[in-house]
Amino acid sequence: MTTTSLRKLIATSGLTLGLAGFGNVALAQAQDEGPIRVGILHSLSGTMAISESTLKDEMLMLIDKQNDAGGLLGRQLEPVVMDPASDWSLYAEQARDMLTGDDRVDVIFGNWTSASRKAVLPVVEELNGLLFYPVQYEGEESSENIFYTGAAPNQQAIPAVDYLMSQGVERWALLGTDYVYPRTTNKILEAYLKANGVAGDDIMINYTPFGFSDWQSIVSQVKDFGSQGKKTAVVSTINGDANVPFYNELANQGISAGDIPVVAFSVGEQELTGIDTAPLVGHMAAWNYFMSVDSDANYDFIDDWVAYTGNDEAVTNDPMEAHYIGFNMWAQAVKKAGTTDVDAVKDSIIGVTVPNLSGGASTMMPNHHITKPVMIGEIQDDGQFSVVWQTPTTVAGDAWSDYLPDSKNLISDWRAPLRCGKLDVESMTCEDGPGAE
Amino acid sequence: MIKTQHLASRCLTRLLMHSVLLCLLMAWGLSVSQTAAAAVSDAQARALLEALDTRSFQAKGDAAQAIAESGAEQKTRWLQALLDGRLGKERRGERFYIITDDSGREWPIIDAITFEDAGTGTRRTVQAFKINNDLRTRIQGLLASLSLSAGDEASRLAAAGRMIGEVSADNADSVRAMRDDEESQSVRGQLDVALALYDVQQGDIDALETLRGNLDTRVRNTLTPIAAGDSELAAEAQSVLGGIESKRAWYDRAQTLFFGLSAGSILVLAAIGLAITFGVMGVINMAHGELIMIGAYTTWMIQQALPGQPGLALALAIPGGFLVAGAFGVVIERTVIRFLKGRPLETLLATFGLSLILQQLVRSVFSPLNRRVTSPDWLQGAWQINEALSLTLNRLAVLLFCLVVFAGLWALMRYTRLGLEVRAVTQNRAMARAMGVRATRVDMLTFGLGAGVAGLAGVALSQLTNVGPNLGQGYIVDSFLVVVFGGVGNLWGTLVAGMSLGVINQVLQPWVGAVLAKIIVLVGVILFIQKRPQGIFAPKGRTS
Repeated sequence: MTTTSLRKLIATSGLTLGLAGFGNVALAQAQDEGPIRVGILHSLSGTMAISESTLKDEMLMLIDKQNDAGGLLGRQLEPVVMDPASDWSLYAEQARDMLTGDDRVDVIFGNWTSASRKAVLPVVEELNGLLFYPVQYEGEESSENIFYTGAAPNQQAIPAVDYLMSQGVERWALLGTDYVYPRTTNKILEAYLKANGVAGDDIMINYTPFGFSDWQSIVSQVKDFGSQGKKTAVVSTINGDANVPFYNELANQGISAGDIPVVAFSVGEQELTGIDTAPLVGHMAAWNYFMSVDSDANYDFIDDWVAYTGNDEAVTNDPMEAHYIGFNMWAQAVKKAGTTDVDAVKDSIIGVTVPNLSGGASTMMPNHHITKPVMIGEIQDDGQFSVVWQTPTTVAGDAWSDYLPDSKNLISDWRAPLRCGKLDVESMTCEDGPGAE
Repeated sequence: MIKTQHLASRCLTRLLMHSVLLCLLMAWGLSVSQTAAAAVSDAQARALLEALDTRSFQAKGDAAQAIAESGAEQKTRWLQALLDGRLGKERRGERFYIITDDSGREWPIIDAITFEDAGTGTRRTVQAFKINNDLRTRIQGLLASLSLSAGDEASRLAAAGRMIGEVSADNADSVRAMRDDEESQSVRGQLDVALALYDVQQGDIDALETLRGNLDTRVRNTLTPIAAGDSELAAEAQSVLGGIESKRAWYDRAQTLFFGLSAGSILVLAAIGLAITFGVMGVINMAHGELIMIGAYTTWMIQQALPGQPGLALALAIPGGFLVAGAFGVVIERTVIRFLKGRPLETLLATFGLSLILQQLVRSVFSPLNRRVTSPDWLQGAWQINEALSLTLNRLAVLLFCLVVFAGLWALMRYTRLGLEVRAVTQNRAMARAMGVRATRVDMLTFGLGAGVAGLAGVALSQLTNVGPNLGQGYIVDSFLVVVFGGVGNLWGTLVAGMSLGVINQVLQPWVGAVLAKIIVLVGVILFIQKRPQGIFAPKGRTS
């Protein structure tokens, strides 16, 4: 509440616009020559390093490749790498560093956790930066300056639940790590399941702390919950390395995918490298990309990645595809606009379509989300997923969930003249964004 | 829309289940002679495999069924390869291959029909047939029925187990006949339960006797609707159900106790090294968690050195982890802690800095990614005592290991010269030195011992959780909590405190969730310390 009114205050006083305008004038001279600066804001140390350091390497590879192809607008790209060390407030500080001064970056690719994105959001809005966020997230947010190339809940969670329903699942255990993404996602899923006639007794919700490793009693609770005669599935929003002991405990307590399948939203190829997957065969994950996807674009990308890392066992995953799409979209938008100016790129990127790695194409929508196919993969004994189901077409990301009473009337559209991140379609009033006035 | 779809698919799965079971039964009933009438020609074999090349899992399942029913000699191998995701077709070609090793990016492949070597393939050239969960279950059923002719007891027992709740008017007589022919006691027992359950569904009260005290959840689930009525049968079923429920409740309590002791044993292992360095020496060692991590990494390194022998590696890691972490401890004591004696705040800060350095060192040397420590086969799975109670082997092993380490440490303190000197230095440093104890040497060895025990905790934890740079961080606060709660300087206190915190936590967890359980325990300990600052076991007599 306070942040919204604060943002409004800043917007009405024209501070944002004034600052942005000032920045443009100052940058106009510096921008014509010299390299285009690309900020990479991923943790290289701390808890999140396990997931984020790969994305930093991938961005460096993409920038290298673009430079080999002649750069952008005849200028070379120069990466600016910072290490926020898994500390959410450090993300905000470093984003501020990147966006101020003469060596201001033209775009930022970064963040993983929702907490870090929430920390950076006010900074990129205040300093009018561009942020490409590559990870699946809980939705219920829309910023003029952030492009969400990961999945919104309707591009991952809802289709996954639909698939399980079609497989006869009637009882649901929603397990998650205790923070904003699982809590919001589970709220949406609970509302969706109840709307589809699932009784409250058939839904079990449980949260655990980050890095939790003592899964024995929770897994045995799930086993009990699943032995009441109805087909049961676990929907897991367990994040980070808590997954390894979780899956080990499942295997040790003898829960196979045939009895109680687990579908996870945060477990990809990278996470599986730390686990013996033989007892997990058949458990599932829902993503918009799997390394095993059968397309030439994907095989080429994997070959590039293996060559770049020099590691024959290197894996690719969904957030990497999101950055691949996001980077190419940004590059195309810059070409289209003929400048790296933030406001120009913000306008030109909407509608830009680039190939994704699964053989199709993704488009940037007016709500700053992209279209993606949704896939369900089953874990194989070699640590890869085999795609068993896929949406027939791509699905457009929805910033505001249709299943939550608070947001079901909201949409976001950043095109002129609307320019609104939180538009109530019933009353046609804009609650957030420059279009609010 | 979704509702009808999902009803339909449910019926389908049911149907599938039945067909697999019937198939099992047939294979069981009929003798071996009938199978493998004649080998099929290459063209027929090709046609059988060709049928698998479809996107529909339903059609693929039918094709697998056709293979199982055909006379092809290769069928077991085909089905096994299909199950493993290693049966595939040439992209833009007509040949079928079996991938013999699918690790890496280039796979050795053989021709699926002739089994001749076909060089290597990659994902670009060979497309493996995909299967999903339902299909996997179906293929497993087909393979089981093929292997039934071998007549081994385990597969008959598994098949009999599947019959519970699946006996119907169609197959009741054949199951009954089979039960009478069956030689194995345990298989017969399973079939009795399956038949009794069917009889009860048909309204036979006497059959309930067989089910009394049976812990199988399928028995409970079938009886629940029967017990809902108000006939004589329902009343009797109610009483049987009551018996089952109360029996299950007791096993549940036993299981919770085991969970608690196992969680407690981890706490004790992590804390007991600290009980020595902090409790006995009074050094606040914030790098204790990193010493645990070093023990875990030692396990991983020994395992890397001995590929394929995780059991031996783990056995060697016990002394290895102790020595490596102990050596680190001695170095830390000699280079840092020795100079900060009697200045607890500075020790705290210095060791905290040390913990960050050690973490970053591991990140730089081994990468920030978690390392995978494989468990030997005998630590995987669970000891299934009955349907309601099973103890996971890795946790059971850690519990026993914890007790052994505790006993060893206690004996060391009680019966050896080092233990005597340590106790003397702790109680009165000046007096001990006056008696000729070399206090600085004792300090070094004590700290090394505490660090070595932390290393042992790391070896145990490598079997339960992630081996990564952050491993130690999660345990440092808990360890201090246990030591303070148990009474500083008291090994027994650490044992009792760790075990009781573990049990309390596990009892609370199902009620309030993991997050709140931890908060409640923490608040409880704080209140306890307010009331009794010396912990559970207060040191006896005067100490200086």
